[in-house]
Amino acid sequence: MELGARKIFGNGNFYITETVIWAWIISAIMIVFALIATRKLKKVPKGIQAYAELIVDFVYNLVGQTMGKQNLRFAPYIGTLFIFILLGNLIAVFDIRPVPANVNTTFALATITFLLIHYNSIKSRKLRGYLKHMSEPNIIMLPINIIGELAFPVSLSFRLFGNITGGAIIMTLLYAALEKLSSLLTGKLPVFIIALPLPISFFFDIFEGILQAYIFTMLTMVFIANGMAQKEH
Amino acid sequence: MSISPQAFVLGLSAIGAGIAMISAIGIGIGQGFAAGKAVEGVARQPEASGDILKTMLIGMAVTETTGIFAFIVAIVLLFANPFINML
Repeated sequence: MELGARKIFGNGNFYITETVIWAWIISAIMIVFALIATRKLKKVPKGIQAYAELIVDFVYNLVGQTMGKQNLRFAPYIGTLFIFILLGNLIAVFDIRPVPANVNTTFALATITFLLIHYNSIKSRKLRGYLKHMSEPNIIMLPINIIGELAFPVSLSFRLFGNITGGAIIMTLLYAALEKLSSLLTGKLPVFIIALPLPISFFFDIFEGILQAYIFTMLTMVFIANGMAQKEH
Repeated sequence: MSISPQAFVLGLSAIGAGIAMISAIGIGIGQGFAAGKAVEGVARQPEASGDILKTMLIGMAVTETTGIFAFIVAIVLLFANPFINML
């Protein structure tokens, strides 16, 4: 029974695991889809362009509602993040290790969010306002606020990693148990794996995957918008 | 009967992983409170159910953090045991 990510190639401290390969495949699929969907744009969308417009519309609505209409320039990144994590989670349906079940991937995503928060905070508040924002409500709180800010990407990445890995471990244990059970009854043929794991797979692979992708992007949006200066409008 | 040091460390690590996951009690209570209050809110104002659901999910995700840390500790103890190399 294998519970860690399988190493595909490489040795020693440098190796490529299966989750990284799937992350590359998903990125390639997303790039190819975007290129094909936007190749011949028409006024009245048809076929693949209609689906692409549906996705773009959904993302722009979500970002507009959560971050405000003035922050719509974040929508492309948020949409990419959401679709990447969503597809990475949903491949677990085919008993592939989900992409976020690798702490390096989730920590990279959380680091991008962390840098975005602070870059945009400095840009919109200027350096003075940023330092003032960091030392709220009092200058004594500055070290505590810095520790809190540094803990944010850790908690964000571990939340996605922990939830998805927990689901993956439970599914692996369940499949192993059902395989053992059916090997006691029918020998080589794993009859119990046919339909019994379906409700549990639905919860851990589909529901949890969609929920965690949503929560990750939602927290990213909320914290980026929080860090920026609130404009009167 | 003598126990080998490896077996002793592994056994205590498994117990430690189990103890770490006791923190799940706290998350259960916290998320239950969040869900209960959200139900109250929806019952009082059904038209705001979309906003309430969104806020509840974010609150639950933040509540979960401590439990996720405990879970990380547990799986590190089980699958990437740091103590077995110290022997």
